[in-house]
Amino acid sequence: MARIVGIDLGTTNSLVAYMKDGKPCVIPGRSGRSMVPSVVAMTDNGLIVGDPAKEHLTRSPDRTVYSVKRFMGKGLADVQGELAYFPYSLTEKGGVIRIKLGEKTYSPPQISAMILKELKQRAEAHLGESITKAVITVPAYFNDSQRQATKDAGLIAGLEVLRIINEPTAASLAYGLQEKTQGTIAVYDFGGGTFDISILKLKNGIFEVLATNGDTHLGGDDLDRRIADLLLHEIRAAHRIDLNAYPDHMQALRLEAERAKIHLSDSLKTQIAIDLPDGKGRYTRELTRDQLEVLVMDIIERTLAPCRMALKDAGLTPADIDEIVLVGGSTRMPLVRQRVQELFGKQPHWDLNPDEVVALGAAVQADILSGGTTDMLLLDVTPLSLGIETMGGVMSSVIRRNTTIPASAKEMFTTYVDGQTGVDIHILQGERELAKDNRSLARFRLKVPPLPAGVPRIEVTFLIDANGILNVKASDMRTGQSQSVEVKPSYGLSDGEVERMIEDSFKFAQEDVTARKLIEARLEAGALITTTEKSLSEGSRLIAPDTLASIRAAVAALASAKDGNDPKAIRARMADLEQAAQPLSVAMIDDSLKRSLQGKKVTEVT
Amino acid sequence: MAHHTHISGSRDIQMARSMCWHCQSEMSGEYFCERCVKVQPVSKETDYFTCLGLPRRLTIDQSKLEAKFYELSRAFHPDFYQNKSEAEQTISLGNAATLNTAYRTLRDPIQRAEYLLDLEAGSVKEIRTSPPSDLFEEILELQETMEAYRASDRASQAGRELRAQLIAEQEALERRKHDMEQQLQRLFTDWDTLQDRGDAGAPARAERDRLLKQMRDILSNRTYVKNIVNDLVATIG
Repeated sequence: MARIVGIDLGTTNSLVAYMKDGKPCVIPGRSGRSMVPSVVAMTDNGLIVGDPAKEHLTRSPDRTVYSVKRFMGKGLADVQGELAYFPYSLTEKGGVIRIKLGEKTYSPPQISAMILKELKQRAEAHLGESITKAVITVPAYFNDSQRQATKDAGLIAGLEVLRIINEPTAASLAYGLQEKTQGTIAVYDFGGGTFDISILKLKNGIFEVLATNGDTHLGGDDLDRRIADLLLHEIRAAHRIDLNAYPDHMQALRLEAERAKIHLSDSLKTQIAIDLPDGKGRYTRELTRDQLEVLVMDIIERTLAPCRMALKDAGLTPADIDEIVLVGGSTRMPLVRQRVQELFGKQPHWDLNPDEVVALGAAVQADILSGGTTDMLLLDVTPLSLGIETMGGVMSSVIRRNTTIPASAKEMFTTYVDGQTGVDIHILQGERELAKDNRSLARFRLKVPPLPAGVPRIEVTFLIDANGILNVKASDMRTGQSQSVEVKPSYGLSDGEVERMIEDSFKFAQEDVTARKLIEARLEAGALITTTEKSLSEGSRLIAPDTLASIRAAVAALASAKDGNDPKAIRARMADLEQAAQPLSVAMIDDSLKRSLQGKKVTEVT
Repeated sequence: MAHHTHISGSRDIQMARSMCWHCQSEMSGEYFCERCVKVQPVSKETDYFTCLGLPRRLTIDQSKLEAKFYELSRAFHPDFYQNKSEAEQTISLGNAATLNTAYRTLRDPIQRAEYLLDLEAGSVKEIRTSPPSDLFEEILELQETMEAYRASDRASQAGRELRAQLIAEQEALERRKHDMEQQLQRLFTDWDTLQDRGDAGAPARAERDRLLKQMRDILSNRTYVKNIVNDLVATIG
């Protein structure tokens, strides 16, 4: 079976890992860094991803996308409150956010696909083989739409997503493999944009998730914003400048806030410096760890309620937890570690790099799927209750949260009116009583034969697969015939759209290849012109005037092709020049031979 | 074959089910065909007790249940069918989902009892919409207190008194629920003893019906009380 890689598609950074001789390892890039910043920039020369794109955050903030994971599976109304923080412009089409980059708009799965492609290429370069299959991780608390969007991103990137797995459970696999742990563990995963808590029971290689909880909109980004808001406020007060009007300075401010936060995990104080616009000088201040902790205290407290809820759902108390594992960059913060320790009454541990452990776990899961690892099995749960809207706008639960997946449930539907030919079904996810307070997942219409009211009996099967993604089937109990259900997602791309995006992505790839070929051809043409001119300056006396003229003509022709946009034309003129210059090189070699032989005996030459 | 002609249609279906879907050989293994080693779908007629290899009893060995669940998870989980045919993947998914439901149902003593009642008495769960007779007046009064509390100024003297009253009522109801659970536990033991005796006589059948009815009544009263307690918790906040 073809190799399957494990991918951690993070809010801030992404990684790819694979199983090497029974051990998961992260694949580094050419620079040696294992993390690819989850940043995509549209430049004049096309799209760029990762570290080079990060440089564009301050240079062209309106065309550089970061934290796109926050938009996966969402509509514009979901992120209304934080639009001001993002320098790029967002719109919506068909319930899906679209990000404007120059002339074009992109859906979040398309942007994520660009990051995935970068990881795919990195893995291909490292392993020397084509990579088409992957396991991708998502926050445990991701709903169906967000999971589906992640799967779509994989498809667009040319990856078959064999499994979507939850980040905290992935981390537990990496830990379990390393330490052969048994007992009950809590994985506290505080990343760049999301927070998850999962409680698992580990026994004889089975990783059974007992409960999971979280907040998909709570992460390191929010901590950075607190610092940035403080600085904005102070700059406004001291210099009467509203940096909000300067997107490039806003980005610099955000990056400086992030840097300060990271620095304060190891130091007690840090210096902050922000260049002000229009040559108004520099704003500087000292920030201490104590000050930071006061600023973000309530955000960290917000992670504790889901922890208590997960414990309650698992039927456990903090004392029942044998080990606490910390995952995600935000757990480097001393205050986070302290609060976690206070809640569970135990010292948490972070033996594996919290930035890499999720990708490592994804590689382990990939190995399980390809049949390499056979002694480990992950039994995960669905994080949110699944239900349908019933009379009066109330949600009726079909599959409860924390149910082990795969999970299925059947519901019987009938008609209320004679001759009714359809029943509309609205699928929801969430824990609230009223349909309108829960997440709308999808709608579909059951086809019903026209019969007296109450006679038709249509059985609908809701199946949540091992990816946590819903599948719906319906069958007529009277005839035994199954019917296809066309589910219209509330916040997702349609199949047609995904297909178009896959095509587009190939087209982009084609454009990218053309661009790269052009750049390479120009470089080589330049080098050829330089060496030819050097030869001419040394050897023009050795060749006939008409040969010299034809070489000069070929150089001129190549120089003008080099200014054009056609790599093929450049290559053709390069071939012409090489041919025209052939007599010159021959003459020069003869000449140098002749000179080196001068004054030597014939016997020495043979 | 002539002597088989009297076999009814439903029997034919059962015969078909005991054959491997893939190689059509007669099935002797439990979930895997012994000839072609293909996974077999868990039959719709298989009850959860049978599925998890347990006798139909109300007191069960939790560690045995868990061990069997883990064993079957290793046999059915879709993770181990990635390289198999689409048909096998579909069976694996369906079996794993059934297994998870079976385990979830049997793991919890109340759900286990409700499920057994469905199997034995062949009826759906009874949903009680009015209070049990011995609780009737108490519940009516409680509903009024809750109404009054919702309408009251929580910070006032009256509001605080109503709240104290509701908290006391909640504690009383939770004690009652606990009593019912203990009663159920005794009935579970009685049921299992009766089953172990394997007596098919008329007195045993009467005893069986009496136990089923008692369990059903207590279970539906317990659900009713549980819902009232949930309401109370939501009201008190």
